[in-house]
Amino acid sequence: MADEVSLLDFWPSMFGMRVRVTLAEKGIKYEYKEEDLRHKSDLLLKMNPVHKKIPVLIHNGKSVCESLVIVQYIDEVWKDKSPLLPSDPYQRAQARFWADFIDKKIYEPGRKLWATKGEEQGAAKKEFLDIFKILEGELGDKPYFGGETFGFVDVSLITFYCWFYVYETFGKFSFEAECPKILPWAKRCIQKESVAKTLPDQKKVYEFVLEMKKMFGLD
Amino acid sequence: MEDVKVLGFWPSPFSHRVVWALKLKGVKYDYIEEDLPNYKSQLLLQYNPVYQKIPVLVHGGKPIAESLVILQYIEETWPENPLLPKDAHERALARFWMQFGLQKGPIFVAFFTTAGEDQEKATREALEALEIIEEKALGDKKFFSGDSIGMVDIAYGWLAYWFPCMEEAVGLKVLNPATLPRVHAWIQDFKEVPVIKENLPDYGKMLAYMKKQRAKFLSHLPSLNH
Repeated sequence: MADEVSLLDFWPSMFGMRVRVTLAEKGIKYEYKEEDLRHKSDLLLKMNPVHKKIPVLIHNGKSVCESLVIVQYIDEVWKDKSPLLPSDPYQRAQARFWADFIDKKIYEPGRKLWATKGEEQGAAKKEFLDIFKILEGELGDKPYFGGETFGFVDVSLITFYCWFYVYETFGKFSFEAECPKILPWAKRCIQKESVAKTLPDQKKVYEFVLEMKKMFGLD
Repeated sequence: MEDVKVLGFWPSPFSHRVVWALKLKGVKYDYIEEDLPNYKSQLLLQYNPVYQKIPVLVHGGKPIAESLVILQYIEETWPENPLLPKDAHERALARFWMQFGLQKGPIFVAFFTTAGEDQEKATREALEALEIIEEKALGDKKFFSGDSIGMVDIAYGWLAYWFPCMEEAVGLKVLNPATLPRVHAWIQDFKEVPVIKENLPDYGKMLAYMKKQRAKFLSHLPSLNH
């Protein structure tokens, strides 16, 4: 029986992109459905009644929600190609620890960089850069967070890369100056077709943010 | 056989998660009580430099932090008495509900640490979360994991014992058995499971500790209307 896979998503979402990168890594065919978050589809409300958020993976009629839960699900079901989690339980625990760190720490201060001003923005900038410095420390001299190969932690973090121009422009800093190890790592990830084909252009994301700011009166 | 250590703190529901999982799997370990919040030991700072928090599991000298990460490590390292389902979709659902508990945590913290309007808001949001847990997470099952307890039950353990204690310390009842009958029944059943029953902090001691914490939080709030 052929697998039926579809993804409910929103193109600039770094969370949705994690799933897209994973599906591409595994060579899984799927139907992509773009959601208009101001007019959520009946399907989205049915498939994610608890949060009503994207991304949602629908596999043979059953839904999986929460981006890192989805990535682990895909990794377990399509386990023969491009494994993202290491096979050693201790390494897996370290991967889960860092993916969880990325998942809970970056989004909010990142959002405040473009959505707020003054003191609030200043505090967010410090927090944001502190987090990336910790991540830089964890990366060390490894080619990827996972070591020699692209893995779960890399997938969790790389999707923020297309938002870097937004963060740098509104936050008035450069990743090159503040966290020099992060850019070479990101460029290495971008060499991978799954990442290059998934991540939108940084300028396109910036234009999206400008539109959002206008719409929500955040200018 | 490599040795297992747990760095914990007696009133923490998070270090209890680790203890319950190890005991359910019959894993022997040494427990090290951290003297929080007075001070963080060198061991804690060495083993968990990122968050400097308990619990930390140390297996053969290698540390793992974050209780939900620890639970999955325990599950994968000691597969006897499995705490997660075999089916991938069921497992994804279990992880989803553990994430949900994590995401809603701050609401229950706000319930305990605030007063006035802030606490009213937290109480409303806590009730909404509990209703979702009642209808969608538990449904018709005895335990979150089915007929016997699993990782999701362990993750929600704070709800069975710590939250009612918080309610008493704060002086506000949120968990109404009439409106949340399934959650109420789950709480009674969960506390009766032998490994859980034998590994809970003394209620009186817990209540005294929470009352002290509550008083401390209240004293830090901007002055309330009296």
